[in-house]
Amino acid sequence: MSVDTQSLPYESLGPPIRGPRALTDDWSRVWHLTFNIARNQWKLRFFGSVLGYFWQLIRPLLLFGVLYVFFTVIAHIGSGPGSGPGEPNHFYGAQLLGSIVLFTFFSESTNGAVRCVVDNEALVRKIQFPRMVIPLSVVLLAMFNLGLNLIVVMVFALISGVRPMLTWLELPLLIAMLTFLSVGLAMLLAALFVYFRDMQPIWEVLTQVLFYASPVIVPVTTVEQRLSPALVHLYMVNPLATVLQQFRHAMINHATPSASALLGGSVRLLAPIAIVVVVFGLGLSVFNRTAPYVAENL
Amino acid sequence: MGAATGRALRTEPRPPALVTLSAMASPAIADGLPAVVARDVSKTFRLPQERVHTLKERVLHPRRRTRYETFRALDHISFAVEPGEFFGIAGRNGSGKSTLLKCIAGIYGCGGDIWCRGRLSTFIELGVGFNPDLAAQDNVVMNGIMMGLSPREARKRVDTVIEFAELEDFKDLKLKNYSSGMHVRLAFAVAIQVDADILLIDEVLAVGDAAFQQKCFDAFATMRKQGKTIVFVTHDMGALKRFCQHALLLERGSTVYLGDTETVADRYLEINFGRDERTFPAEQDEGCEGDARVIAVWVENERGERVAGVPQGHQLTLQVLVAYAVDVEDGHAGVFLHNDEQRTVLVLSTILQPEGTRFRAGERALFSFSFQNVLAPGRYSPVVNLADRGAPLDTVDQYESGFSFVVTGSRALGGVVDLPTEVTVRRADAVTARDVLA
Repeated sequence: MSVDTQSLPYESLGPPIRGPRALTDDWSRVWHLTFNIARNQWKLRFFGSVLGYFWQLIRPLLLFGVLYVFFTVIAHIGSGPGSGPGEPNHFYGAQLLGSIVLFTFFSESTNGAVRCVVDNEALVRKIQFPRMVIPLSVVLLAMFNLGLNLIVVMVFALISGVRPMLTWLELPLLIAMLTFLSVGLAMLLAALFVYFRDMQPIWEVLTQVLFYASPVIVPVTTVEQRLSPALVHLYMVNPLATVLQQFRHAMINHATPSASALLGGSVRLLAPIAIVVVVFGLGLSVFNRTAPYVAENL
Repeated sequence: MGAATGRALRTEPRPPALVTLSAMASPAIADGLPAVVARDVSKTFRLPQERVHTLKERVLHPRRRTRYETFRALDHISFAVEPGEFFGIAGRNGSGKSTLLKCIAGIYGCGGDIWCRGRLSTFIELGVGFNPDLAAQDNVVMNGIMMGLSPREARKRVDTVIEFAELEDFKDLKLKNYSSGMHVRLAFAVAIQVDADILLIDEVLAVGDAAFQQKCFDAFATMRKQGKTIVFVTHDMGALKRFCQHALLLERGSTVYLGDTETVADRYLEINFGRDERTFPAEQDEGCEGDARVIAVWVENERGERVAGVPQGHQLTLQVLVAYAVDVEDGHAGVFLHNDEQRTVLVLSTILQPEGTRFRAGERALFSFSFQNVLAPGRYSPVVNLADRGAPLDTVDQYESGFSFVVTGSRALGGVVDLPTEVTVRRADAVTARDVLA
């Protein structure tokens, strides 16, 4: 036999392969893969339906309609004290819609990511590729939706009388923070689901809790009236609360307090940011550590 | 060739993502070193006895360790494949072939080191991971990107791939409406059209019709010419011998043999039929009627070992043990060998011997028939006839047990026997043709 495995110059062979991993050195490949998976999913979702994207929009819009009617007409939150021009609750409708759209992005990307690795078993078992692509593509898909939904939000805001502001430039930062949080959770949940199949209902419940624990429906002024300042600070440490409230402040209505004001100082903004960083780091490390064994544990 | 090249290799950037046909002598395979190397590759799976899948179970029994058995799927496997070589991996089901391929492909992590020097394309578990809801076109692009092509290159190749798979008429059809054969054709077309340096193929020849199989063979031949390396898992010893120069034979995760395909094919068949199928008929009960009884029939190989399968081309001995209840003047035995189709392929008999042997009541006789095994591969059942020429036919006791044996071989051409044949082919010019006619 021409090849003797005993006397091969192993040092000359270069580095051996490293087996399945979450990450890679070739980031353009990660991007191409992520983008194409997300695009295919997007195509699948709208393929064959006449109204296409409309169905994607109708869910947050319907939720918005119900909540808007309930809270302005019945509970008088949106039309109560503080909702006059120049007051915090003015533009309650636009604020509510914006919050719902942002929260929908968060919920879609994290809940969609829970099953993603297991659902893509066919790929994971047959081809070597950076595993991180799978949860990333789920978040990217949710981002496509977010982009389109935000257009609707801004149109609605302009119709309601919101005028363009310089603070609109904060939007990319807010989206980035929300995305990092979502990607971190997506990786964490996707990795855990391989081992604990009840991650899915657990996360669904937690999403519901977060929905009510974040300023989506309730204007932050109402929270301020009911809670002590310390509790308000605690409430705002939740990164979702920070992003949603800052969105309302920067994008819709300057009269509603900014996130830093509610936290009691811009330095304290570091707390929710730190949470995002920790969640992202945790998600990445857990996913990275489980990635080599995913193919055999599915 | 030494360390200098190696160091250069390591510091050099990876070869470009796309290696076109003209650039097949990519730097990774031009240095005279093997293309694929495995050193002491081991893989252990943990088989949990009961899989704890829910958090509730974890919470209720926090102390209980998931008990599991470890299963060694691969045990210190080493081999090297030269660039441009076809390397076969053979073994029975569950011997670790596919696991080894998955380790090389980087789908499973494993102990030991594996080097794959060049871009890899894989065809594992009859597919490359398609999305059933997407059309063939989208799947091909997706898979091209998965295998390392740029999106533009992947899109460029769609037509070639679909043409190779002969699916032009179905390219807009969702994959879930494809037949399994079409599925595999498409997957295989993708795998070989991405211009990889190293191709890992798992059992492709088991599916597809004859025409497509031929197409695969042609594709293999082309790739061989282009200097591509192919690692090939198969059960088909004929294909193994036809394409591969070297092969690895696995059994229960260990190397049985690493080397020439001829030996691998023989050993494979031996493993399949020779060892595990040790079912020999029990000796028949005493006291049955008749003047003579066949107690046992068995087959021995050239080393005199009882076997259930004998390789083609080797010495074979059929043994018949007989007990006589009456005196026999001229005891004879004949064996009719029937093949699967119940056709008598061979008759062995003592009748042509100059004289028979005399046996007393209560004596036993052992008839042995040795011959060069030219039988075609397949299963054979012997039917034994006993006779006493001195006192004709009424002492006959026909023995038809369930015993059968298998002839193994990898060159079944379709006949009932395979004789050693010397074949020559040459051009018949006018002179020789005239000689023949004259």
